[in-house]
Amino acid sequence: MKPRTMFEKIWDSHVVVEEPGQPALLYIDLHLVHEVTSPQAFEGLRLAGRPVRRPDLTVATMDHNIPTTDRSLPIVDLISRTQMDTLRSNCKEFGVKLYDLHDSLQGIVHVIGPELGYTRPGQTIVCGDSHTSTHGAFGALAFGIGTSEVEHVLATQCLPQSRPKTMEIRVNGTLAAGVTAKDVVLAIIGKIGTDGATGYAVEYTGEAIRSLSMEGRMTVCNMSIEAGARAGMIAPDEKTIEYVKGRTFAPKGEDWDSAAAYWLTLATDDGAAFDTVVELDGASIAPYVSWGTSPGMVAPITAVVPSPADFADETDRKSVQRALEYMGLTAGMPLQELSLDKVFIGSCTNGRIEDLRAAAAVINGHKVAATVHALVVPGSTTVREQAIAEGLDKIFINAGFDWREAGCSMCLGMNPDILQPGERCASTSNRNFEGRQGKGGRTHLVSPSMAAAAAIAGHLVDIRNWK
Amino acid sequence: MQAFVKETGLVAPLDRANVDTDQIIPKQFLKRIERTGFGKFLFFDWRYLDDGETPNPEFELNAPRYAGASILVAGKNFGCGSSREHAPWALMDYGFRAIIAPSYADIFYNNCFKNGVLPITISEASVNALLKKAAETPGYTLTVDLETQEVTDSSGFREAFTVDGFRRHCLINGLDDIGLTLQNADNIAVYEANRPSWAAIAG
Ligand code: SF4
Repeated sequence: MKPRTMFEKIWDSHVVVEEPGQPALLYIDLHLVHEVTSPQAFEGLRLAGRPVRRPDLTVATMDHNIPTTDRSLPIVDLISRTQMDTLRSNCKEFGVKLYDLHDSLQGIVHVIGPELGYTRPGQTIVCGDSHTSTHGAFGALAFGIGTSEVEHVLATQCLPQSRPKTMEIRVNGTLAAGVTAKDVVLAIIGKIGTDGATGYAVEYTGEAIRSLSMEGRMTVCNMSIEAGARAGMIAPDEKTIEYVKGRTFAPKGEDWDSAAAYWLTLATDDGAAFDTVVELDGASIAPYVSWGTSPGMVAPITAVVPSPADFADETDRKSVQRALEYMGLTAGMPLQELSLDKVFIGSCTNGRIEDLRAAAAVINGHKVAATVHALVVPGSTTVREQAIAEGLDKIFINAGFDWREAGCSMCLGMNPDILQPGERCASTSNRNFEGRQGKGGRTHLVSPSMAAAAAIAGHLVDIRNWK
Repeated sequence: MQAFVKETGLVAPLDRANVDTDQIIPKQFLKRIERTGFGKFLFFDWRYLDDGETPNPEFELNAPRYAGASILVAGKNFGCGSSREHAPWALMDYGFRAIIAPSYADIFYNNCFKNGVLPITISEASVNALLKKAAETPGYTLTVDLETQEVTDSSGFREAFTVDGFRRHCLINGLDDIGLTLQNADNIAVYEANRPSWAAIAG
């Protein structure tokens, strides 16, 4: 048999039908749903009189809109509340399992899927959310879809899809101390650009990727979409199996044995060809930080703010010029001197237990700078409980961090957690678009340890020099 | 879904690259549970001054000469970022039926076809030429024809574009693709019957 990539194996095993001249009809193993991109889809079902075909393969959570402050208080934002009520009644009407605001397992959709064992290798996973690529860390084909497609999957458990091309992104070597999965993915996006992987399913390979924990792998796959990729994935190995084993909804008994054996056959065969290959030297990646208004506008923390003149392409020069104006930066300013008003630790990129541990580890008795408001928002209530069990909450609170309930929070500021115009924020989230964290807000994307150190120093710092 | 066959309309130029869906429709408007009424929030943060009401005179699309435009010309990687379908809903509700750019982000591109908005891809050089013409020629109009796969103006501009045959067929006929998938109900049932038992969600 012709050697195949992991992507091809998963794709081939999910094709329900494929007619010439038409997209393949793919079966979907897991459909994750949240409150923002689903109301119109459920409404569509109602209008057409269609049921949800497989409520057993559909899971919903509330994450985007929800407050991260005291949840026993009523939700003051009426429109947000309506959206949450709508999800609640839709799930009830269509028989879909919902992790509601007060559920002890509630959290960001891309955090709870893996931690509850919904996410497994070899699956096709979709969600009306671009960061669905996160689940690819398990060796699943996971991608974000629009609301019409949400409705399509609810009604049919299938999705017509045209086959993307394949790209291997190989990160060789060993990462230096202080360099994390976040820095790796920012370096990748900086290298290939925000449209560098458009039209591709990416597989991350190489020693630096293999050596990452599952949390780290999720961070890398999470940001695949920021390079335009349809999906990002990493081959399952013993680490993956170990992570999934025993989780609430993971296969059990004999099913577990056959599943685990199958998962280990998913890795790309020797000799299988990718349409494109990109290589990076992991050892030379420094801690990264974004300086502009797109996740491709990044630089090593030791760099200075670039000048539009550094860019050869006219379109890039214009974008950089606009970005510097928006960010209130001048070419030549050292990134390490940029002082901050806010720090956000959380999101589906970096809101997992390992991220909170990394952030807490740099605190070491220090206090948050008087000029900074620093927020820690766990990715799920499970992560939050675990952090409390480990005493991390005390470390954050004693250092002056604002310790919150789980949710998306300031990653996109749909709830009250936002930046004010002109405020500068070091954030562990994934998007530094204009206004993403609040109109006029200025976001610098960093790793959790860099964010925590920046909160204490009051400005961006190179974590490699931190004591 | 509303069909798209051919559109002749006023052209609005948006000479920016990497316009992300957070700009097209900012998050504060994603809380609505309807598909309609998003047009007034299109490009909100660029379009209005800080009071959220006064049109920002610096924003290209606010120029009176572009009022009523139905064709948007923009820079590369249009629609990057979030999967929000509210982006094509807002463009459509504002009055745009076609978008012309050198490239698009995947999810956005896909979402457009589900909503009767046609995103066409032509070379960066041609996009730049159109941006210039639209800025210099008051009342500049283009015709986008999905049947012939050509975009033309009245003074001799003519450029071919291609759209995947199946998408084109669905858009020209305004087909409901859920209905098309359900025609395969038997195949889906066979596939489901053959799924391994561990593919179930245990618990
Ligand atoms: S944390 Fe941010 S990126 Fe992740 S799902 Fe929530 S809003 Fe989207």
